[in-house]
Amino acid sequence: MTTTDTNTSTNSSPRDRVTGTPFTRGLGVVILAGMTLLIILGIFVSPADVNQGESVRIMYAHVPGAWLAYLAFVVTGISSAAYLWKRTRSLTWDRIAGASAEVGVLFMGISLVTGSLWGRITWGTYWTWDARLTTTAFLFVTYIGYLAVRGLGGTHQQRARRSAVLALLAVLEIPLVHFSVQLWNTLHQEASVAGRGTDVEMDGLMLFTLFLGVAVFTLMYVWLLLHRQRSLALDDMLDDSGLDNALTARRAEAQGVAR
Amino acid sequence: MSKELQGSAGVFATARLISAKDLRVERRSRVLLNQVLPFALIVMVMFAFALDSDAILERVAPGLVWLATLFSVLVMVSRSFAVETADGALDQLRSAGVPATGIFIGKMLALMAQLLVLVALLVGAAVVLYRASFSWEGGVLLVTTAIAATCGLAAVGTLYGGLAAGAKGRETLLPLLLLPVVAPVLIGATRATESAFGTNGIAISEGWPWLGLLVVFAVLFSVAGAVAFGPLLDD
Repeated sequence: MTTTDTNTSTNSSPRDRVTGTPFTRGLGVVILAGMTLLIILGIFVSPADVNQGESVRIMYAHVPGAWLAYLAFVVTGISSAAYLWKRTRSLTWDRIAGASAEVGVLFMGISLVTGSLWGRITWGTYWTWDARLTTTAFLFVTYIGYLAVRGLGGTHQQRARRSAVLALLAVLEIPLVHFSVQLWNTLHQEASVAGRGTDVEMDGLMLFTLFLGVAVFTLMYVWLLLHRQRSLALDDMLDDSGLDNALTARRAEAQGVAR
Repeated sequence: MSKELQGSAGVFATARLISAKDLRVERRSRVLLNQVLPFALIVMVMFAFALDSDAILERVAPGLVWLATLFSVLVMVSRSFAVETADGALDQLRSAGVPATGIFIGKMLALMAQLLVLVALLVGAAVVLYRASFSWEGGVLLVTTAIAATCGLAAVGTLYGGLAAGAKGRETLLPLLLLPVVAPVLIGATRATESAFGTNGIAISEGWPWLGLLVVFAVLFSVAGAVAFGPLLDD
């Protein structure tokens, strides 16, 4: 199978295309409604926590955000493998991987910020060297690097292959980092934060709000992924048509000289 | 493409040639000797200025040795691939049908040999500047730690150096890609070196599990590099 890209070889101009479809518009309406409900439940209706007080409300954005980021990085890994596997090689997989990583980095950043704010209120510190926290920070930096590699330039195939290999190396790297931080942590730190508070019984409404948050954020991920993937495809088309336009211009120039 | 990769003899012959070539380039240009080693030494001196206490320096000496190593790795990997990309040498090697795995192993071994020299110098600097000391037993742990750690660093460095080679902006991109990946090496090598130095009364026997972590890291990334280097170069 050749590595030519079927999606970008169409002749229609990128300007005529939009990234929205009836499906994503419908999805967008559902997300807006769900988000409104989440805000109402999370900020006004759900009760304050016995131990954490009002700061528990940060969780309704923090937990779904972290979930979304992890989901996004898993999707990046799977689509990168799909690109590298010859039978499923398509630049669409590469764009899904890239779009997913972008969304993932954004939400990992959001969940790191909300998490440290929550930690400041609840634990009295912005940061602890907990294995999960530290691995999350490494994930964040690793995928920032991944996005930087995507921006290195070259042909679409070069970008796709380079970044796909890098994404698979990240799959190898992250468990190693997690394992070594855990080893380092258990020997050098008395108490771990991760175990604290997990056996606490959660209020029904709080649990529902949290699940609603996860569901709405997941839908939002799908929406963002679809749009970003399509806009990346348009970017690639623009690149290709830019080359075509330059060729046409040169040909016209040459004809002008010949005449 | 896959046919020449099948001959393992060809791979190792290539690796020997490439590493001999890299070491010969170093012997003649003396970039490591005249630029990287002095840089690593000045970093060790700067740490002393920043921390400004003999007691603290003695406590953190193992970590500083490996931090200085990591900073130097960045420079050495850039150098290792500057040699290859300067005249498009890497592309010509590939178009001549030279197995990518052989190139990877060769460059990795040459880098590892240079890193071992660097680490030996930095441990010497720690002994002189930071009052670190070690017994014979600690010395054995230190040497095995240095071998495993430099093997891992050389593998990752060669892999990511190859990834960034030939792309614009690689000088600034390499630290961002490389440092998060080598975090396990920093953790493992520092803890093992602490045991070897007996920092804070840590026993030598506590260092060996950390060596295990370093060996796992080195093996995983050597294999990953040998497999992934070809696809990375065949752009």
